Amino acid sequence: MERLRRRSQYIFALLANAYWLFPWRSPIYQGPLKKLCFPGLNCHSCPAATMSCPLGALQNLLATLRPGLQMGQLHIGAYVLGSLGLIGSVAGRMPCGWICPFGLLQKWLFLLPVPKLSFWRPLRRGPYLFLVVFVVLLPLLVVDPLGYGSTWFCKYVCPAGTLEAGIPLLCLDQGLRRAAGWLFAYKFIVLILLLIWCTLTSRPFCRAICPLGAIYGLFNRVSWLRLRFHPDRCVQCEACLTACPTDVSFYNGLDDLNSAACIRCLRCYTICPSNAISLEFGPVREDIGKEDVEQFYPKANC
Amino acid sequence: MKRYLPLFTTIAFIAFLALGIWSGEVPVVWNKAITVCLSCIGIG
Repeated sequence: MERLRRRSQYIFALLANAYWLFPWRSPIYQGPLKKLCFPGLNCHSCPAATMSCPLGALQNLLATLRPGLQMGQLHIGAYVLGSLGLIGSVAGRMPCGWICPFGLLQKWLFLLPVPKLSFWRPLRRGPYLFLVVFVVLLPLLVVDPLGYGSTWFCKYVCPAGTLEAGIPLLCLDQGLRRAAGWLFAYKFIVLILLLIWCTLTSRPFCRAICPLGAIYGLFNRVSWLRLRFHPDRCVQCEACLTACPTDVSFYNGLDDLNSAACIRCLRCYTICPSNAISLEFGPVREDIGKEDVEQFYPKANC
Repeated sequence: MKRYLPLFTTIAFIAFLALGIWSGEVPVVWNKAITVCLSCIGIG
């Protein structure tokens, strides 16, 4: 399973960045595939990118909502939200674990042999904050005199844009290099700090920042594909917790197995020696709650 | 009711996707994606 996931991550990273003619033709791909939203975080201004970034597309639609309405256009981001919601309703946050190129980069960085830090759990609320404030509210509410907003997350936060688009395009284009100023310097520092954090902590961007993961995470409990925990089979060996890249601690009732933090990498399902985790696909069955877990493990550290 | 949430969610988001296509959002998304986004690269 882990090998399959690794292959999936490589294949989707290559598919999302398959335009290698950029040094000779236009600086970025301009074909029809860019009408589609890529399910992971991949900047559409990356010279090799073949599809749209859903977060960039959503912010652009919201930032131009007011002038659009004045012209009689109802562009509320339904296409982007529909695309993401359709994927989320089937697989929940699975694209984070199986498709996202930025997730793959974080995984590589965490393999570096440096001291590791644990993740501060309250930061788990971060993705919702970035989603509501930077992706929705600021582009909608902070507008110029003509009614146009800005793409706040892309402009001030997104490290994928700096890494995949900013650095390559500035290397390729002298005009852009001349135009780069304090904003690029700020974004570059944000990128470097985040990359350092990725070497110390497992998937910090997914867990503390990513608004795309926040959207998918909302579907984890109600998607067709779900994980199911069988506490009667659990031997509390903690193999699942050790393997989990986002520290979802469900065996002791601290988290729900289908919590929004789970990126559906399925490592816990693969590694569990007592088959206490199963995969389900279909209508929602009654969840095993914290009370049921405590019934089996009354002294569990909840 | 909770049992059929995946079905309702899927239907709702297919409808949302169709609304987006019908209202002409696809060309808007495409137009933005084929031009270099200065905000993304940290220039403007």
